[in-house]
Amino acid sequence: MTSDRMTTSAGITVRSVRDDVRARARSASDVCRAALARIESLDPHLHAFNTVVGERALARAAEIDRDFDRWRDRPLVGVPVAVKDNMCTRGVRTTASSRMLEHYVPPYDATAVERLEAAGAVIVGKTNCDEFSMGSSNENSAFGPVHNPWALDRIPGGTSGGSAAAVAARITPLALGSDTGGSIRQPASLCGVVGLKPTYGRVSRYGLIAFASSLDQIGPIARTVDDAALALNVIAGADPRDATSAPEAVPDFTAALTGDVRGARIGVPRALLEHGVDVQVSRAIMTALDTLASRGATLVDVQLPHAEYAIPVYYLVATAEASSNLARYDGVRYGFRAAPGASHPAPGTQHSAPSTQHSALGTMYAQTRARGFGPEVKRRIMLGTYVLSAGYYDAYYLKAQQVRTLILRDYEQAFSGADAVDAIAMPTSPTPAFKIGERVDDPLQMYLADVFTVSANLTGLPAVSVPCGFADNGLPIGLQLTGRRFDEAGLLRLADAYQRDTEWWKPAPPIVTG
Amino acid sequence: MPSEFSRDQIAAIAALARLELDPAEVELFARQLGDILAYAEQVRRVDTTGVPPTASVVTRHATDRADELRPSLDRDVAIESAPDPALDAGFFKVPRVIG
Repeated sequence: MTSDRMTTSAGITVRSVRDDVRARARSASDVCRAALARIESLDPHLHAFNTVVGERALARAAEIDRDFDRWRDRPLVGVPVAVKDNMCTRGVRTTASSRMLEHYVPPYDATAVERLEAAGAVIVGKTNCDEFSMGSSNENSAFGPVHNPWALDRIPGGTSGGSAAAVAARITPLALGSDTGGSIRQPASLCGVVGLKPTYGRVSRYGLIAFASSLDQIGPIARTVDDAALALNVIAGADPRDATSAPEAVPDFTAALTGDVRGARIGVPRALLEHGVDVQVSRAIMTALDTLASRGATLVDVQLPHAEYAIPVYYLVATAEASSNLARYDGVRYGFRAAPGASHPAPGTQHSAPSTQHSALGTMYAQTRARGFGPEVKRRIMLGTYVLSAGYYDAYYLKAQQVRTLILRDYEQAFSGADAVDAIAMPTSPTPAFKIGERVDDPLQMYLADVFTVSANLTGLPAVSVPCGFADNGLPIGLQLTGRRFDEAGLLRLADAYQRDTEWWKPAPPIVTG
Repeated sequence: MPSEFSRDQIAAIAALARLELDPAEVELFARQLGDILAYAEQVRRVDTTGVPPTASVVTRHATDRADELRPSLDRDVAIESAPDPALDAGFFKVPRVIG
């Protein structure tokens, strides 16, 4: 325990582990064993992992140590990584935290997973998340909630809550998450770590279990911006297996981290921050902006007049896409199938059902989906089915897509012209982490937690959350910066400069320090 | 738009979504879907005259790839994760469709 304690208090990073392994100061196997030991001691309290792949990880680490010359120069050599359980890992159970996929073992790897492993990273496990990435608190996992390392009775945020908790608890220095409406940034903020949602298309979605395809994006969660940049270098880039992946060239994102932000213009949408933001959160954000200003950045007011519609637009668009994407779970090709049994159809279900519903096949579909999906997934499928149905499509779905255009134009305007800004700043979450159970009975209240994060998904713009303070009760607060399309370099430069001047990312949560 | 859905409306949506709901779920969703849509009503107040819809934010597609044979999953591997695979025949098996 002593050596483990020393390692954690020193605060390992992706870069320090990589450099140690590369210099043969530590073997990949040692690093891997230490990560697995931390899972064993901490995860019973956190429940950050759905699956731990100890043997597989140790075998890979041993291979790196054995064939060292081949691996030495890989950018993530020996770095232990946790992967959200909605990305396919060949031969390793991938559940999306759903009963529907509880025993699903994919026959292929997600591109992001393949690239991590090719870069020398060692996957130690698959992290807990909200079922099919639907939620804001990680309470929608079919396997039970994740606990926030800073306060075990609080939510870690969602949906990549296990990934954020694993990094915050120093279990691994890096995790992959996915972000459809804030699912990387919000848990990163609530757990006091860095979370980056890259530009839509920057990272291939091949092998990512789809929720809302026009919004989903994979990205890194780490403790430093430098580490997030190291990871983005590896996972970014075009992929012939994802037609929406972007052909844009991938720069070395770490080269952009110069600390020099003189002349950078940061937009502040003050009108947006006036309502519903916890006073300690807004104070931390304003102090963070002063810090960036003292490094030479200029703060300017920006208007985002349609931002107030982002939540309703998001929940109409995302549920519509989800109802379509999740139609594939029908008990035929993979995943759960309900055994034939007693049916308890709701009153009225029978007479309004299409003809296949009366067949044995139709019954199997409906019962498989009834028993395989949890309540939030059913709620969103129902909402999405309704807004896409005849007679309501124009009123809700089409209208939401039009307002999406207006939100996009607000951002384009802020990022262009003589008054153009380089980034837009706001809180990641309007409040610090709330208590487990506090909002479960009120889905609408839960959706409002995403008020500052969904716009980056609707617009496709890159956004990062970086630790910027603690509330009086010791819970972390995050600053969100949104950047220009495909300008992760500029965005990360600002976030890194901020980290250089602050120490919010350094303290370890009580569960680590003991 | 009613602020609460009727049971028949919920049943009709569930049928379209191929979801069997129990009576408690019907009651719950009638109320919650009504609440969420009442909140979403605000987007209908926005003037969107002449505004095109955004379905995708992809700005530039990668060039089309050549249409040629490439390696893919072996058929047996693809069907072996099925709940009821017919490995010998290379099929997915499903319950009776007709009757």
